[in-house]
Amino acid sequence: MIQDSLLSVINLRTRFHTYEGVVTAVDGLNMDIHRGETLGVVGESGCGKSVTALSILRLLPTPPAEIQGTVLFDDLNLLDLSLDEMRRIRGNAISMVFQEPMTSLNPVLTIGEQISEAIRLHQGLTRQEAWGKAVEMLQMVQISSPDMRAREYPHKLSGGMRQRAMIAMALSCRPRLLLADEPTTALDVTIQAQIVDLMERLKEEFDTSIVLITHNLGLIAEMAKRVLVMYMGKVVEEAPVEELFREPLHPYTQGLLGSIPWIGRKQKTGRRQLQEIPGVVPSLLEMPEGCRFHPRCSRVMDSCLKEEPPLVQSGEGHRVLCWRIK
Amino acid sequence: MELPQKQHSLAWRKFKRNRTGLFGSVLILIYLMTALLAPVIFPRNPSSLNLMKSLERPSIENPLGTDELGRSILGRIIYGSRVSLLIAIGVVAVGLLVGVPLGLISGYYGGKVDFGIQRVTDTMLAFPGFLLALALVAVLGVGLKNTIISVGISMVPIYIRLVRGCTLLVREQTYVEAARAVGTRDAMILLRHILPNVLVPIVIQTSLGMGTAILFAAGLGFLGIGVQPPTPEWGAMLGSGRAYLFNAPHVATFPGIAIFFAVLGFNLSGDGLRDVLDPRFKI
Repeated sequence: MIQDSLLSVINLRTRFHTYEGVVTAVDGLNMDIHRGETLGVVGESGCGKSVTALSILRLLPTPPAEIQGTVLFDDLNLLDLSLDEMRRIRGNAISMVFQEPMTSLNPVLTIGEQISEAIRLHQGLTRQEAWGKAVEMLQMVQISSPDMRAREYPHKLSGGMRQRAMIAMALSCRPRLLLADEPTTALDVTIQAQIVDLMERLKEEFDTSIVLITHNLGLIAEMAKRVLVMYMGKVVEEAPVEELFREPLHPYTQGLLGSIPWIGRKQKTGRRQLQEIPGVVPSLLEMPEGCRFHPRCSRVMDSCLKEEPPLVQSGEGHRVLCWRIK
Repeated sequence: MELPQKQHSLAWRKFKRNRTGLFGSVLILIYLMTALLAPVIFPRNPSSLNLMKSLERPSIENPLGTDELGRSILGRIIYGSRVSLLIAIGVVAVGLLVGVPLGLISGYYGGKVDFGIQRVTDTMLAFPGFLLALALVAVLGVGLKNTIISVGISMVPIYIRLVRGCTLLVREQTYVEAARAVGTRDAMILLRHILPNVLVPIVIQTSLGMGTAILFAAGLGFLGIGVQPPTPEWGAMLGSGRAYLFNAPHVATFPGIAIFFAVLGFNLSGDGLRDVLDPRFKI
C-alpha cells in the first residue's frame, strides 16, 4: 500500500454451500491493485482465481455463494453496495473479459448492438451516438472495416476477433479496472500475442489497471508487474515479476516454474530437468490440515502438518506463505 | 427470431424441402384464406334456417348437404373456420402471454420464485389438459371468450415448463454472464439476451399448440359447453350431427374432416418448423 491503490481486497472469503458441504473457494485473500498496474494472478485450475474476480464484481449467485470480507474501490466497499449501485460499477468502473470468446457474445445480437448496449447503459447516449462509439471502439481494437463488422452477428467472427470485440465492449466505458480472466487461453499463439499487445496498448491509452488471471506463466512474464501465486484459495506467494521468476521462494511456485518446458534445455543437469508437482490438488472439501500444500510438498517439516504457516515478508514486496522461509 | 440474412434463406430452403411441413402450411393457408374470404366464398347467411330442407344430402345447391335445421353445412364449416382460427390464436396468445414471462422468471431467478411457480405448474400438469379446460369452463361458464380463456389456461403450464427449461440452459451461457458484467439490468437480460435465444422452441410449440387448441375447443363444443349456437363451430356441429349419424352421416362427417385437416395442418407445420429450426436436427 505504498503506492496509491485502486482496489484493495481485504480478507476476501468466498464459500459455496453445496450438498456435500461448504466449499471455501477463496480463503482470506488479500490483494492490492495499484493505479495503472498489471497484476498477475496465477495458479492451477480450481485454485480460486476466477472466483476471486467474480467475487469482486459480485457476479456469483448468492446463495449458494457467500462472499465475506472487504473489497475497497474508491473508498467504497463493493460488498456493501446495493445491487443497483453495483450495477452502475459493472462495465463502467470495473469490467471483465472472459475466457471463452466463442460463447461470450450473444449469437442473436449484432456485435455493434452488444457493444452499444454497454455504452448506453452507463453513458446515457442516444442509440445512434452509442453505435458510433461502438464502431470507434471496434476500430480501436484493430478490427478491420469496423463499420461492417458492427452490423454482423458473432458467428461471422473468428475467435480472435470475438475476443477483440469483447475487449472493446469491456473498455467501451473507459473502466479504471479490467479483470481479464484467462483472456488468451482459448486462442492460438499468434492471436494470443496480438491480444496481449492490444491490451498493453489500451492499458496505456485508457490508464486502466488490469488484473490478469491466467495459468500461462509466459503471459505473466510478458505483461504483469507483480504476481500473486494462488493455491487452494490462498495467496501463497506475492512478488514483483522479475523476482518471482529469478528467486521463487514457495515450493509451489518453484514447482510451477520448474514445470515450464524449455526447448533446448539440457536434459542431463538434474536441476534443469522438466519437473512436475507430484500429486493433484486435493478436493476443496478435504482441506489438508496445516499448510495446504504439504501433501505435495517436497520439503515438508513437522510444523507444516500441524499449523498453517504465517505470511513472511522477504524483501521489498515479496511475501511468502511458508514455514521454510525465515 | 432475429436470424441473419443467410440463415433466413437457409431455414426457408430447408423448409421448402420438408414436404410434410410444406403440406401443413398449405393446409393452414387454405383455412386462413377461407376464414378471411368467408363472405365472398359463401355469400348467404350460414345461420339462416330452412326446416323444409332439413338433413338433405349433398346437392348442387348445398354441396355438403344440410343439417337438422336445414342450414348449409358448407357455409357453417366456412364460417366455422373463423371461429376455430380465432380460438387457436386466442388460446396460444393466452398461453404465451402468461406462460412465457412466468417461465422466463422461473428459470432465470430460480430459488423460491422458481419453486412456487413450478409447484403450481406441477399441479396443473397433473390434470390431463382437456380435463383442466373442462373444469375451467365449469367455473367460468360457456361461450367463445370463456372457451379461449379455459383452453388457454390449460396450455399455460406447457409454456412455463418449456420456457423455463430453455432459460435454465441459456442463463448459464457466458454471454449472459458477460451482459451482467457490463451492468445490464435483469429485465433487459431476460428480454434481449434470453428471450431471443429461447424463441425457436416457443415458435414450434405455438404451432403445435394451435392444433391442440382447435381440438380442445371442438371437444368442448361437442359436449355443448364450448361456443354456443347459433355461432357455427365445428365441434358443436359434430355434436349435433351425432344424433343423425345413421340416416344422415354427412352432417357429422364434414365438420369432422374440417377439424381433422386443421389439426393436421398445424401439427405437420409444427413438426416441419422443428426439423428446420431445431439445431439438434441440423444436417
